[in-house]
Amino acid sequence: MMVFERRLLTRDRGAGLLEKLWLVPWSFVLLLCAIAAVGYVALYSAGGGTPEPYASKHALRFGFSLVMMLSIAMIDIRLIARFSWVGYALGVALLVLVALHGQVGKGAQRWIELGPIQLQPSELMKILLVLALAQWFHRASWERVGNLLFLVPPTLAVLLPVGLILKQPNLGTGLITAMVGGAVFWAAGVRWWKFAFILASAAGIAPIAYERLHDYQRARIQTFLDPESDPLGAGYNIIQSKIALGSGGLWGKGFLQGTQGHLNFLPEKQTDFIFTMISEEFGLVGALGTLLLLALVVFFALAVALRTRHQYGRLVAVGLGVNFFLYIFVNIAMVTGSIPVGGVPLPLISHGGSAMLTTMLGFGLLLSVYVHRDAEFGAARE
Amino acid sequence: MSKRDEERRRSVFTRRALLLGAGQLGLLGFLGYRLQKLTLEEGERYATLAEENRVSTRLIAPPRGRIFDRAQRIIAANALNWRALLVAEQAEDIHATLETFSHILPLSDQERARIERDIRRRRRFVPVVVRDFLTWEEMARIEVNAPDLPGISVDVGTTRDYPWAEHLAHVVGYVAPPSETDMDDEPLLALPGIRVGRSGVERFHDRALRGRAGALELEVNALGRVIRELDRREGVRGHDVQISIDAELQKAVRDRIQEGTSVVVLDARNGEVLAMASQPSFDPNLFNSGISAAQWREWTRSRATPLINKCTNGLYAPGSTFKMVVGLAALEAKSVTPTERIFCPGYYDLGDSRFHCWRKGGHGNLDMRNALKHSCDVYFYEAAKRTGIDRIAAMAKRFGLGVDLDIELPGTKAGFVPTREWRVRQGKPWNLGDTVVHGIGQGFYQLTPLSLATMAARLATGRAVQPHLTHALDGKAARGVKAEDWPSLGIPERDLKLVREGMWAVVNEENGTARVARLPGNLGVLAGKTGTTQVRRVSREQRERGFRVENMPREWRPHALFVAFAPFDNPQYAVSVVVEHGTSGAGAAAPLARDIMTDVLTRFRAPAMAAAPGSARSAEAARPPVLAEAPPPPAPETPRR
Repeated sequence: MMVFERRLLTRDRGAGLLEKLWLVPWSFVLLLCAIAAVGYVALYSAGGGTPEPYASKHALRFGFSLVMMLSIAMIDIRLIARFSWVGYALGVALLVLVALHGQVGKGAQRWIELGPIQLQPSELMKILLVLALAQWFHRASWERVGNLLFLVPPTLAVLLPVGLILKQPNLGTGLITAMVGGAVFWAAGVRWWKFAFILASAAGIAPIAYERLHDYQRARIQTFLDPESDPLGAGYNIIQSKIALGSGGLWGKGFLQGTQGHLNFLPEKQTDFIFTMISEEFGLVGALGTLLLLALVVFFALAVALRTRHQYGRLVAVGLGVNFFLYIFVNIAMVTGSIPVGGVPLPLISHGGSAMLTTMLGFGLLLSVYVHRDAEFGAARE
Repeated sequence: MSKRDEERRRSVFTRRALLLGAGQLGLLGFLGYRLQKLTLEEGERYATLAEENRVSTRLIAPPRGRIFDRAQRIIAANALNWRALLVAEQAEDIHATLETFSHILPLSDQERARIERDIRRRRRFVPVVVRDFLTWEEMARIEVNAPDLPGISVDVGTTRDYPWAEHLAHVVGYVAPPSETDMDDEPLLALPGIRVGRSGVERFHDRALRGRAGALELEVNALGRVIRELDRREGVRGHDVQISIDAELQKAVRDRIQEGTSVVVLDARNGEVLAMASQPSFDPNLFNSGISAAQWREWTRSRATPLINKCTNGLYAPGSTFKMVVGLAALEAKSVTPTERIFCPGYYDLGDSRFHCWRKGGHGNLDMRNALKHSCDVYFYEAAKRTGIDRIAAMAKRFGLGVDLDIELPGTKAGFVPTREWRVRQGKPWNLGDTVVHGIGQGFYQLTPLSLATMAARLATGRAVQPHLTHALDGKAARGVKAEDWPSLGIPERDLKLVREGMWAVVNEENGTARVARLPGNLGVLAGKTGTTQVRRVSREQRERGFRVENMPREWRPHALFVAFAPFDNPQYAVSVVVEHGTSGAGAAAPLARDIMTDVLTRFRAPAMAAAPGSARSAEAARPPVLAEAPPPPAPETPRR
């Protein structure tokens, strides 16, 4: 069997590297550059009107990540598919590692130092989970997916990393990981009623789970429900963020003129709250424009999924698209005070190497799917 | 997998992917709606909040207005005050900073409690005074240790300086940091080192003296650190107040008197207070740095009551100084005619009671002029009995006795003159005997030296002059400078003349009761009236044993009073003197009044002393100018002739 597959792979090498580069959707790459440029501008402002310390690093990281993304795009999707579970195992191992030796930030063990880069395995895990689940459902027929026993292994595959992430503890990322996994299940054709059942159980468990949450997690939820109750404590971030957003008005206060950001009323303005800087300085117009660019990425992923002729690629594209979507939705919903503060950065715009790297890794995979959308996987193994 | 299966799987995928896309679109739409709501619908509110975040308005304390005396001598000025301030938000640990500070300059527990209370009460960026009145050496020690004192800074503020110290304390009052209740009405009062008038003129004119705070609009960051200045509006300095007191005269008067004595000198023509002295006094400068609890206890518990201005808050029976009022009431009621004589056998019988005249043998037949001259008690017993207490009380009120005189000294007592109605309200009858006793100024009367001086001024001028202290406010002359500003008392000149002549005779005629009060040289003629009021009743037994006041303990001896005006033919100045336990008006009070009036006439003697008001001021214009900001220390009195 291995031999057979290897033959398949070598056959496709016929498509040369240049040919593959030609197949890369350069308009999408341009879109990513535009978003990164928005990030550069915002970080330039967050740095007090200089490229240092955020914007220049941002550009450097983006350039590096871009090369990485294009390199990954060149890798045959079938090769990637083959190593899906290896990657998954690696991801879980990293999560275990971070649990044992990770750096503590804000009361949670979240990242590990790998040479010069800090890695948040939970971010990486989401992508690796998508790949593994896509591999699992790749060959499953509609009937097969309807079989409850067939769903047990992938469900466990979701719960294991989610459990580890919740243990860190990182409620937001844990939930997002579960949702990303759920999206792949959904796209693979898992029956409606099973989702309904899961959601109903979740609603039943929620009160019990709430009891077990950490104080700071509960504080976040309580603060979300009534931010003004503690204006100088936990609610401060949400209030200041809303003030920054709202005070921008339609056209904004102008580049480098945002008082909330420049006078440090905004907490973590270069990371989680970067979107409020954009909104304060460029108003609703700038905010919606940024949102539109990000939405285009989401729908590009959807378009890739619909055009791909193999289930693996489809599920990967959907999973990655949902992952990216959840990033932007949670971040913007958070800064607009629509959901509890969750510590989720805005991809491609927020300052931070780990997030940039994992995001671009995802896009590399997405592009690989696109480039190899018509690739023939081997005959179904039944 | 069959082709059909693949098709099925793909169509399910497509459907579900599109549903997912629709869901994502919906959620993105929700974000768009949220953004729109925040920026457009609530944008203005948030813009305001952002501005409030950004802009911090701080007040600039205006310099407090100064107080001058009538000759432009400075009475209350602002002096520099080096102080250590603590800005709570700049200190990492307030307690640690204070601890370090107390190693450099010891802080008492009391001080520390005050500092911590101030910090709690104010916003964290408002500086709080840690220590006032630093010397150069202390300042240097703080500056050297600055790195160990985060949040501490040294700056210069102003403080109040009273160069005349205890001489004018009762009039000028003092300032102190505002209390909690003061704080509510004005944000200015939250500034460090700000002080408000607590008594006297400082309190009465506090609003005018305070000025208007300037404002500094600062852009601050989230920590409250100042980024830049946006706008600056300078405050308006407090108005200067010029009071009618002559500080030199005041000092001269105070140097003459002893504990328990109070003296009021008025310009009889317009009611201006030229001197108001009460012994003992206190040093208002001590309030600047906050007086110690021990000092405060000493002042408030002392029987000599140094904090109380006896001129306005000391209450005394007027004694014989009241006889002019009884006489005028009797004349107005026509119960006595000017020439009618009443026989004084030395006592006065009413029913079973016998009232004595001060002179054992009696005065014989006396008309009103001579009754005043000899201060005959029997005459006024009879006059009072004929006139009735209510008419006497009404006349007293016209002379400013027992009424609120509205002087610019908060907390001043109005005094009290009894009426029949008042006694009945108390559930007691008013007996004719009461009227008789009240005819000689004894009984329920409670009058202040200020009101007695006012009475003297009104007797002298026939006008309802009110005593007042404000000469000019912000350079504009105050009310009632001209005699014509004051309404007439409506008492016939004939009656007034008779009474004045009686007062003249007291001092200037052979056998007058206060011959001692004659003015020396050619200064003019003084007219006055003595009063001696018993503190304890003298029993018949004592009287028969021939008691001598000299043998009584001091606090049982009678008070000595004297009221006077001068010059007789052109009255300009009125004076009242009350010497507590001075034994006799003629012995203790009259000589003082004479000396003081001599001083006044000497001081204010002007080329054309004609009735023109303001002449006193023109006289002072000839004096060498006094530097407003650097007053010379009070010099010993030097005769000017």
